[in-house]
Amino acid sequence: MNSGIDLQGSFIQLLVDLGLSAEAARVVWLPLPMLLVLVGATLGVLVTTWLERKISAAAQQRIGPEFAGPLGMLIPIADGLKLLVKEDIIPAKADSLLFTLGPAIVVIPVFLSFLIVPFGQNLLITDLGIGIFLWISLSSIAPIGLLMAGYASNNKYSLLGGLRAAAQSISYEIPLALSVVAIAMMSNSLSTVDIVQQQSGYGILGWNVWRQPIGFLIFWIAALAECERLPFDLPEAEEELVAGYQTEYAGIKFGLFYLGSYVNLVLSSLFVSVLYLGGWNFIIPIEVLADWLGVSESTPWLQVITGSLGIIMTLLKAYLLVFLAILLRWTLPRVRIDQLLDLGWKFLLPVSLVNLLLTAALKLAFPFAFGG
Amino acid sequence: MNLADGVQIVSFGVLALMMLGAALGVVLLENIVYSAFLLGGVFISIAGLYILLNAGFVAAAQVLIYVGAVNVLILFGIMLVNKRQNFVPLRNAWVGKATTAVVCLGLFALLGAMVLSTPWAISTAPVAGDTSTVVIGLHFFSDFLLPFELASVLLLMALIGAIVLARREFLPDALEREQTQQPVLTLPERPRELASAAPGSPDRTLGTSPTKRNV
Repeated sequence: MNSGIDLQGSFIQLLVDLGLSAEAARVVWLPLPMLLVLVGATLGVLVTTWLERKISAAAQQRIGPEFAGPLGMLIPIADGLKLLVKEDIIPAKADSLLFTLGPAIVVIPVFLSFLIVPFGQNLLITDLGIGIFLWISLSSIAPIGLLMAGYASNNKYSLLGGLRAAAQSISYEIPLALSVVAIAMMSNSLSTVDIVQQQSGYGILGWNVWRQPIGFLIFWIAALAECERLPFDLPEAEEELVAGYQTEYAGIKFGLFYLGSYVNLVLSSLFVSVLYLGGWNFIIPIEVLADWLGVSESTPWLQVITGSLGIIMTLLKAYLLVFLAILLRWTLPRVRIDQLLDLGWKFLLPVSLVNLLLTAALKLAFPFAFGG
Repeated sequence: MNLADGVQIVSFGVLALMMLGAALGVVLLENIVYSAFLLGGVFISIAGLYILLNAGFVAAAQVLIYVGAVNVLILFGIMLVNKRQNFVPLRNAWVGKATTAVVCLGLFALLGAMVLSTPWAISTAPVAGDTSTVVIGLHFFSDFLLPFELASVLLLMALIGAIVLARREFLPDALEREQTQQPVLTLPERPRELASAAPGSPDRTLGTSPTKRNV
């Protein structure tokens, strides 16, 4: 299955041809994916914050940012610059070490999870065998950072916000993981590439969303709760808790929380599109199109088009979901904390268990349709 | 020595130092919250060692279970208990310390004997790598079935115990009577401070109430 573009192989080959040893070429290659993840995720966040402003304005019949650049597109950069150069305040009675460490622990796992987001057959950083399980386990580290930030701020609102955030992400992790298990059961693998491969072949009809409608809804609700988006933004409910665990934060440390939450939103949308919406697949399979046009699959220009179409499709699907999340935020009221925990434990958990059982039964009954 | 070996050795050293330092911090630090956070560091370093041993699934499971569940639970426990209690020096404190020392030394001797007596032959079987999930699953349902099932029964017992405690149907009578005596609308752990309601204050609050001022 190694057809298509292999960026790493060609890059190293290029450097070796230029006279470097193979090992040195690998060392030159190593930082490139890391930089790509950082830049790509940050760019994604900039776009998302701009979308958030524009869509919220549209939902409230305002214009939104208008004068900073065309359609206010420079607003996110102004935002980022403001957070970068603002004074970094550590409250006098706060625990300065934990206070500094908290935001970092929240942000690092989110960026690490980008390792396994596939944009094409070979267009991902690593195709790990444990794939999607890595994301689930990494996202369970974030509550520690939130608790740390809440505790170190020496402020009761922060502590309450941190405890709420941790409780929320622990309770919604379970339905999230169970709906992922149903997907893994159908694709016989945890690797994100295999999960997308299993959905390809029948175009839009083969996507997992038709086979896992309940799982899709559970995953989306749980992902919104994990990102602390409204209607589930209890940890920072401003009427009750000022700003939750972010209350005492200013400058770049607040910026890290802000960045982390938006990166998490983009990441969750990417994972929804990978798990349920066919990842990089086009509405009609590319192979069928190539057959109609009479072009061989191994033609170089076709491979380039396939690769770019894969990236575009993945991003398009992800940003459609981001749009949905933003629209949800500006139209729905917030739930209460007891309603939130009730929904997680008493509704989503049993429903996701039933979904898992149903998937297993269907897999045994109809192995051709549910990945035997 | 090529690049990969060097990276492995350096990461092993860093991880081992991190783990030992964090573990010592857990035991020696006075602040219990620091100890709990450092415990998370110990678990993360162990996960790193698993990755060095080509056991990616075990590492991810370690992070998910120990860091994401056990350590968060410990932190929750620490942060939700707000009972401040003065430390009363015990009379025969050395008995406890001596027992701890004996137990620790015994454990150390046991582990040391185990380390020395085990033939540490490196397995010649090919590294499972990405297929390790399949291998682990096969072991769970064949030769490790009994421990696996026992662990799940244990977890089920803990689950039922937690539900029984949380339902509060079996509270002892004494505790319930104590709760009914407390004034309404106060949290049980923080009784209202009566000192501020001094004899002079009721008049003042009446005098400044908005209804009076309007009249």
